[in-house]
Amino acid sequence: MAENTVISAPKEKEEWFGKKERKLLTDPLNDNNPVTVQILGVCSALAITTQVYPSVVMAIAVTLVTAFSNLATAAVRNYIPKEVRMIAQLVIIALLVTIVELFLKAFNYVIWKQLSVFIGLIITNCIVMGRLEAFAMANKPWRSFLDGIGNGLGYGAVLIIVAVVREVTGKGSLFAGSPIEWKIIGPTSAYSINTAAEGSWFGWYANNNLMVLPTAALLLVGILIWIQRGYNKKLVDIS
Amino acid sequence: MKKALLHFFERIEPDKKKSPLLHTAYDAFFTFAFTPKTVTTDGVHIRDGIDLKRTMVYVVLALQLCYLFGTYNIGYQHFHAIGQYPGLLDGLHLKLVYGLIKILPIFIVTHVVGLGIEFYYASRKGHGVEEGFLVTGALIPLLMPPDIPMWILAFAVAFAVIIGKEAFGGTGMNIVNIALLARVFVFFAYPTYIAGDEVWVSGLEKVNGVYQTAEYSGVYHFFDGIFKAWGWDTFGAGGTAVMDAYTGATPLALGYQGGWNSIVSAYTVSDMWWGFIPGSIGETSKPLIILGALFLIGTGIASWRIMVAGVFGVAFTGLLFNAWGMTPFMEVPWYYHFYMGSFLFAIAFMATDPVTAASTNKGKWIYGFLIGVFGMVIRVMNPAYPEGWMLAILLMNVFAPLIDHYILEANMKRRARRAKAAAQ
Repeated sequence: MAENTVISAPKEKEEWFGKKERKLLTDPLNDNNPVTVQILGVCSALAITTQVYPSVVMAIAVTLVTAFSNLATAAVRNYIPKEVRMIAQLVIIALLVTIVELFLKAFNYVIWKQLSVFIGLIITNCIVMGRLEAFAMANKPWRSFLDGIGNGLGYGAVLIIVAVVREVTGKGSLFAGSPIEWKIIGPTSAYSINTAAEGSWFGWYANNNLMVLPTAALLLVGILIWIQRGYNKKLVDIS
Repeated sequence: MKKALLHFFERIEPDKKKSPLLHTAYDAFFTFAFTPKTVTTDGVHIRDGIDLKRTMVYVVLALQLCYLFGTYNIGYQHFHAIGQYPGLLDGLHLKLVYGLIKILPIFIVTHVVGLGIEFYYASRKGHGVEEGFLVTGALIPLLMPPDIPMWILAFAVAFAVIIGKEAFGGTGMNIVNIALLARVFVFFAYPTYIAGDEVWVSGLEKVNGVYQTAEYSGVYHFFDGIFKAWGWDTFGAGGTAVMDAYTGATPLALGYQGGWNSIVSAYTVSDMWWGFIPGSIGETSKPLIILGALFLIGTGIASWRIMVAGVFGVAFTGLLFNAWGMTPFMEVPWYYHFYMGSFLFAIAFMATDPVTAASTNKGKWIYGFLIGVFGMVIRVMNPAYPEGWMLAILLMNVFAPLIDHYILEANMKRRARRAKAAAQ
């Protein structure tokens, strides 16, 4: 088991929440974003981002799963035989995903139906597995936990940005399906800007149907990557 | 005179460092008007007077007939719907002015948005403006329905130029045809404005399922004033009621419903051939498109192989459908498929785009043939997409590099075998 032990420098001073720990949280938000830099977890970003509310739920679910599977794996990392580590990791992830799924089913059935298979598919979300392999197998539990939260948030940030653009331009609403639903622009009086009203300045407006199609998410993620590389020179030419 | 002009323009050249955007704009127009002094110093492979700018200008020239007829046909279709001026030359001034009022804003918005983006990226990247947009900008208005809202058009052009071209590195680097990308954006983002029976004839609106003529306002009254002064007919002089039982359906839409019989009940074959049918602005008149295509072939800009292969593809698929004959539309004689819709326009001006088409000669045959096949399959078998050429060409654009790759591989293998046989 020697090769599975901690790789970090031996007599390093252990801090509870020092600079390194903070970096674990903030790095995945920008410099090492799981979606736009590592290009992981794109499938679910395409599938569920038509509306913001399910995306937020998905982001929370993935954050919890990544964080706690990282924590659990890091805690037992020295006892997992190298040959079966993938299976062991999968058991941990599957357990957590099942908990999340049953919890959602019990407390928010509507959103569970909306996300349908994609909650279960967190098991196969490359971000979770990737962080376990790349980080949790070689670091202590607390740090792994922070890394999981950071990566979950980085994934969630991209998800929510894409979902906001897609929902506002594609459906003219925000947070549809949630208690704080805001209908922004549309042809009935329920919307803040009623395009069908007499003398409305926005009578010409129409929702963009392309944004409802998965293609739009792919385009938006692409544009996000473009913008990010545009201002973050560290990322240029690494891929 | 010319020398003095040249001298004057050289004097006002903006500084490249201080104002890159101005310099880019200056450079673009200067090299457009005059032959620039700069010469290539090394690595010249093509010794020819024709450069990118002249290539592009030839395509724009080839499209001019389509523009003229498109302008007329917008007006013709409008007055046809309200049952006035049935003769081709009756009320010609009204038809032309009506068409101009519709097509000019489309043309201007396309160019302002497209060239604005082009100039911005050229100055940011620090190179001259490349003329890719000249052709794109000339094609886009011809692909649009006459009543397209300007903001949708502006969005579509911006999307196509930024995502389709600049993201891939500018002129000559795009994977798919930019003009078609603009159209496909409108097609998927705002389908009600570019599909269905109501959009192809301008100036009509459907209220509670009944067609009504939109009011003539503003700019029409201005022209009315001029016409009155000359004693000509004015807009709406003969009433504006839309004819009874008018549907505005295109031949293709009718083809789905009742096959060839229901097409000829609404349009004569000669109308379809000469282009007096509703459709996108530039795609209706077949003889003029053929003239443009011949011009392009004659000047060596467009590949005749792609066009011929495309025609073969349509004929082949049409014959297959005729033999199969499952739906009324499949039974439409194969040669009539050239009369309807935009096949000729698409294969002559869209499919032959040298950047996105296959570049080996064998590849061009395959590429063109498959465009014909896929376009026909989409046109005849899928009622959701009334016309397949846009999607067929975009699909084959994506496959063109693969086709080229295998053609080259096969060639290399053959030559290697030959060399081996010679060595033995």
